[in-house]
Amino acid sequence: MSTLVSRSIIAGLSFLFLFAGVSLAETIVVNGSTTVLPIAQAAAEAYMKQNPDVNISISGGGSGNGIKALLDKTADIANSSRFLKDGEIKMACEKGIFPVTHRIAMDAIVPIVHPSNAVTNLSVEQLSLMYQGKITNWKEVGGIDGKIVIISRDSSSGTFEVWQEKVLHDAKVAPRALMQASNGAIVQAVSENKYAIGYIGIGYVNAEVKPLRVNDIEASAKTALSGVYPIARPLFMFTNGWPSGNIMDFINFLVSPEGQDMVKKEGFVPLY
Amino acid sequence: MSRSARELIIKLFFFACALVSILVLGLIVIFLFMEGLPVFHAVSPGDFLFGLEWYPTYDPPSFGIWPLIVGSLVVTLFASLIAIPLGIFAAIYISELASPPVKELFKPVIELLAGLPSVVLGFLGMAVIAPWLQETFDIPTGLNILNASVILAFMAIPTIASISEDAIYAVPQEFKEASYALGATKFETTMRVIIPAALSGISTAVILGMARAIGETMVVLMVAGGAAVIPESIFDSVRPMPASIAAEMGEAPFRSNHYHALFATGMVLFFLTLAFNLVADYVSHKFKEVGSATL
Amino acid sequence: MMRWRYLKQTLFFTIVRAAALVIALSIFVFIAYIVFKGYRVISWDFLTLPPTDSMTKGGIMPAILGTFYLTAGAIAIALPLGVTAAVYLSEYAGQGGLLRIIRIGINCLAGVPSIVFGLFGLGLFVVFLKFGSCILSGSLTLGFLILPTIIGASEESLKAVPQTFREASLGLGVSKWQTISRIVLPAALPGILTGSILGVGRAAGETAPIMFTAAAFFTVKLPSSIFDEVMALPYHVYVLATAGTHIEKTRPIQFGTILVLIALVLGIDLIAIIIRSRIRKQKRW
Repeated sequence: MSTLVSRSIIAGLSFLFLFAGVSLAETIVVNGSTTVLPIAQAAAEAYMKQNPDVNISISGGGSGNGIKALLDKTADIANSSRFLKDGEIKMACEKGIFPVTHRIAMDAIVPIVHPSNAVTNLSVEQLSLMYQGKITNWKEVGGIDGKIVIISRDSSSGTFEVWQEKVLHDAKVAPRALMQASNGAIVQAVSENKYAIGYIGIGYVNAEVKPLRVNDIEASAKTALSGVYPIARPLFMFTNGWPSGNIMDFINFLVSPEGQDMVKKEGFVPLY
Repeated sequence: MSRSARELIIKLFFFACALVSILVLGLIVIFLFMEGLPVFHAVSPGDFLFGLEWYPTYDPPSFGIWPLIVGSLVVTLFASLIAIPLGIFAAIYISELASPPVKELFKPVIELLAGLPSVVLGFLGMAVIAPWLQETFDIPTGLNILNASVILAFMAIPTIASISEDAIYAVPQEFKEASYALGATKFETTMRVIIPAALSGISTAVILGMARAIGETMVVLMVAGGAAVIPESIFDSVRPMPASIAAEMGEAPFRSNHYHALFATGMVLFFLTLAFNLVADYVSHKFKEVGSATL
Repeated sequence: MMRWRYLKQTLFFTIVRAAALVIALSIFVFIAYIVFKGYRVISWDFLTLPPTDSMTKGGIMPAILGTFYLTAGAIAIALPLGVTAAVYLSEYAGQGGLLRIIRIGINCLAGVPSIVFGLFGLGLFVVFLKFGSCILSGSLTLGFLILPTIIGASEESLKAVPQTFREASLGLGVSKWQTISRIVLPAALPGILTGSILGVGRAAGETAPIMFTAAAFFTVKLPSSIFDEVMALPYHVYVLATAGTHIEKTRPIQFGTILVLIALVLGIDLIAIIIRSRIRKQKRW
């Protein structure tokens, strides 16, 4: 038995050492919002190609998770689709951490419907009433006679928060709304249901769904950046203090023309 | 060191290792309480458990997990309706009907079913069953109670089938022989002798199968639809407790009330499954058949 | 009367057979479907390259490796603990109330939902012990998750070792410890192995426990220590299916990843099942 135990312990330890020291590359740990994931990933891929000695590890637990990791010093960069909350600022002070905000892209949120839907434009007011469950039939907004199926993002997602703030003005979403865990899931749900309405980041719009104009303004890079389009928000990366070294370099890369090209390719709105 | 002292030390070492399970169980309770209880500064236990509104990110937030509890119970109930008959039938098939070579083949199949990763089944429900349901029944979403229940049923079947089969197998041969000798058919023997004799084992199997379904996360996260409401039809979406925890944990600010509320939801889930397990344990011990001598 | 009784029997047994057939067929159809959808993307490159072009191209090598590390770590933790616990239960413990409590504890641990293990791992390893989200936290969480499986299988195979083996050894004046380590454990080893293999299969397929404790969305290089995050196959399936810009474009890769995952998990299970049936057939005693 002692041999069995010691053997398994040795096996366990040697497995641990097997990759201790395999790679001495500097690792940048990026954690946070699932919305920022595609941008961070594309940028990391390109950056690592240029700087083979840097390793970038990205996880997408969510904005809260990323900020928590930054405050715990387990992440170098926190992706976030929202600004810090009161509690988080307080905690940062307690821990002696000073989160610095880097705006890396804009995200415009677009209401989408099934391509066969005749409606092309809705006001923020109409959207708000729909999501509160006060407008329930498409004919009330100029469409066919059919019950509106409202599809929303998870109430804990950053995308939902923007919707809540900019469209619902803090009114509650009808509990009947179907909550989806991702932009992709909303596209899928809306593309398969001709009575559905959903909302997604502008980058996720594809041919399977029809984006709507809001207050007669089309969602585009230009209208989002200028602030004319009503449902847009900045995306952030937070660092602990002003970054230096590779972290600085990576963020600079992201806001450089090359990095912003990638932002555009992933379907978000570049900063310039 | 004397031989007996050494033996004692070794025995104590093994004993300590045996206690690890209890220790882990204790740690789970401690950490769930530590991170979960603070939510009750913000909401009373009654409002938390029976509150009808789960709006954790609003200002002010509502932390009522009743719709989540109902969601969990509803999918478990419907999953059981499918899994209990199928599981028990599979057990009867293995122990009473299958020829030895078929049996050799069928038992591993059940075990493989148990081994299928839940995320894979969840993906199947999301990518294949949901669109199909939506088309076929012309319903707003295929991510609903029905879909989640069917998949959960397939996750509970192996548990129910294998434990029931053990119980049926343990029924003494004399019982069957006596029944046949009285002129009973195989069907009558199965229904009136074997199943009643194995009933405690079968009940244990059913309870454990339900516990498995209620605690399953990935399937309900991907397939149940996620609407935190009390459902009105089998085509409605629900947000069972594990789905809510898995979906929201990442977005909840660290040690906020939302974070604590999710841990508290974990507490409810933990104690619910614990209760299922304790009942199963009680049933299997209380009514244990110890051979033919017990009758 | 007689005919009716047999009719009833035939009817019932047909239903039973149909139920068994439904179960067997559904798993067969399911696996065939995954193989059919996924085999085209499987190639040497798919298995050995990291994902590229925002997950729409390239392979899943980091996820395979990550799952390997997490699983190996889990078994390194659970195997020694599980086997020693099983030795206590089968060789030392009497019939007391304490034993009953330990058994209930193990059964209850086996029934703890995987998401609760995730919360536990988050609370204890990630936050309290400050390991952060990393291989170590994930391995520990998975290790405790599979502990009951390993205890159960080990105890069963220890109990299957005939009592006469122990008596013969003890009768020769050999100490209890030596009897266990030289006689009982070697005889039970194949069974213990089977149990651990099943544990490995379980650990490799779990998603919920590693979501908050170990899994990364994207990291291509090998982890440099046990305090690094890793990608993992089941988590990769989940994020590909739900997050990312190009869900449709990554569908083939999703099916490919699923195929690799179930080939791995079911392969492991199958090996265990085959070993076990061999042991059962050729018992040496």
